Amino acid sequence: MSNSVEVKQLSFNYGKIEILKNLDLNIKDGEFMVLLGPSGCGKTTLLNCIAGLFDLDNGQIIIEGDNVTWKEPKDRHIGMVFQSYALYPSMSVEKNLSFGLRMSNTPKNIIKEKINKASELLQIQELLHRKPSQLSGGQRQRVAIGRALVRDAKVFLFDEPLSNLDAKLRAELRYEIKKLHRDLGNTMIYVTHDQIEAMTLADRIAVMKNGVIQQLDSPKKIYNKPSNLFVADFIGSPSMNFFTGKFLSTNNSFSLGSSLINLNNYQFENRPSDLSDIVFGVRPEDISINNNEENMQFKIELIEPMGADTLIWLSFENIPFSVRIEGSSEYKLGDLISINFDIKRVSIFDKKSELRI
Amino acid sequence: MQKQIIEAKGPRPKHLTIGRIGLYCFIVMCALFFLMPLYVMIITSLKDMDEIRSGNLLYIPQTLSFYSWPKAWSEACTGFVCEGLRPGLINSLKITIPSVIVSVSLGAINGYALAFWRFKGAYFFFGLCLFGAFIPYQVMVYPLLKIENAIGIYSSLPGIILVHTIFGMPILTLIFRNFYASLPIDLFKAARIDGGNFLKIFFYVIIPMSTPITIVAIILQVTGIWNDFLLGLIFAGRDNQPMTVQLNNIVQVDFGVAEYNVDMAATILTSMIPLAVYFLSGRWFVRGIAAGAIKG
Repeated sequence: MSNSVEVKQLSFNYGKIEILKNLDLNIKDGEFMVLLGPSGCGKTTLLNCIAGLFDLDNGQIIIEGDNVTWKEPKDRHIGMVFQSYALYPSMSVEKNLSFGLRMSNTPKNIIKEKINKASELLQIQELLHRKPSQLSGGQRQRVAIGRALVRDAKVFLFDEPLSNLDAKLRAELRYEIKKLHRDLGNTMIYVTHDQIEAMTLADRIAVMKNGVIQQLDSPKKIYNKPSNLFVADFIGSPSMNFFTGKFLSTNNSFSLGSSLINLNNYQFENRPSDLSDIVFGVRPEDISINNNEENMQFKIELIEPMGADTLIWLSFENIPFSVRIEGSSEYKLGDLISINFDIKRVSIFDKKSELRI
Repeated sequence: MQKQIIEAKGPRPKHLTIGRIGLYCFIVMCALFFLMPLYVMIITSLKDMDEIRSGNLLYIPQTLSFYSWPKAWSEACTGFVCEGLRPGLINSLKITIPSVIVSVSLGAINGYALAFWRFKGAYFFFGLCLFGAFIPYQVMVYPLLKIENAIGIYSSLPGIILVHTIFGMPILTLIFRNFYASLPIDLFKAARIDGGNFLKIFFYVIIPMSTPITIVAIILQVTGIWNDFLLGLIFAGRDNQPMTVQLNNIVQVDFGVAEYNVDMAATILTSMIPLAVYFLSGRWFVRGIAAGAIKG
């Protein structure tokens, strides 16, 4: 499969601050790529560079085989959807949709045809004569997506499009965007800080921090095998539990205080040396409760019911950690339980390099 | 079962307290104080000279006399010509209308460029504009006079229009830039992706959103230019002297008797346009000043 968007050695500085550092990213034809990261990680800047709204300092951007590094945004075969919707307030929905086509002097009958098609797809036919101020947030975002559709964009760029919507609408539009991608098959690049959006929508996720891509993988891989501590901590809600201790190579185990955890079932990528500091990471759902009274007992310190499941907080060597159990279970504060770690599914990192080992 | 009525404890707080009444009295007195000059001007313009000489400044006229208004309008002597203020009004219109149109348009484009097309040194340029807004323009009168003389438009209509445009530029650029900087930048980005260039985005996207701030700019410029005396006196030339200059000539008579009623009528006539602008657009002015980000 060929690449739809190629970013080569991209650097972008804002004043003296380096926002993006020598960044490479290839996005395949028809792929849904999500750029995920905390605010200030450079994900929106990267999107703006791809769109041609920021002039980059170094590197190349190639879209659909076309070197567009210095081309105007309108010549890049892109459509963009913004967090603030960015609908032209003085124009009706119809005029908003057709603005780009009118700017390029498209014949009227073709404009009409395209608007009909897009508005049907997004179910905004009844809204065509309204002003943006008469629309709800969800409707506005549909119109904004329609504006990209009408332009026959090859690549869709989404800049946190759902962040201004309430939770219910967000889930609804997320579903629609995914459906749109399924039906159209266009390449889409989607910026978000919301990991649920990233996990549900993406073919591949690029997790970014400080202008550098930390991991570029499928959502499954990113969730199950995070390549470093940052990714492990950033992805997952409730987040992964971490314990810092030493690796004992004689009995292949992790030691923390007086406790030992056997790591025979863990597949090391690089076996650490004896007594090196490692970070043991385990997701709350990879800890199970057993009622073996010979095992170490933990007292339940806090219970957070979340509906479908419940989070209970225990502590191990004074480090609080959470365990995800079924919502229907009936544990009470102060109950004593014993637990098992699913060693096959944990992640172990080198403390110094913070990389997965 | 009957529904029980629950009442708040204690008496309902009174809306009209002594403090309130005092406040209203103060406000009414302030209003009367500021209306006083206008009142005196109007009644004086409706008195005849005998009554004015008798010295009862605040009394309403015993006999209404409309003699002063037509005289101020078309007969009073401004210097050696005795045609009243009429030619001055026409001159002022000829100066104000083009000056306002040109300066507001340029100010809007400047502000738009500074807010959205961030070129290198845009901040420096903006700082320069800010600085320019605070330079007293007397400093620039003589150099400007020399320049206009050199290019041959000194003492003419284009000459005075150019001067007003130049002096309006810093403040207009400033208010337009600040207004545009408060608009969501995403709108501009969307317009660029949709294929707008510098002027297309300005005309199709930005101008339709600029109504409130344009009205503010127009009010500022109309009153500023209409009330100008110094620049009109220096740059407009003898044939294009604005109303303010002619009003001065009427009031400062060197010969004959000072006709206060005519002076008052002439003054009211001269201030008619700025007053009308304020009354008709005050609502817009407040709205424009208060307008923050426009919601989409």
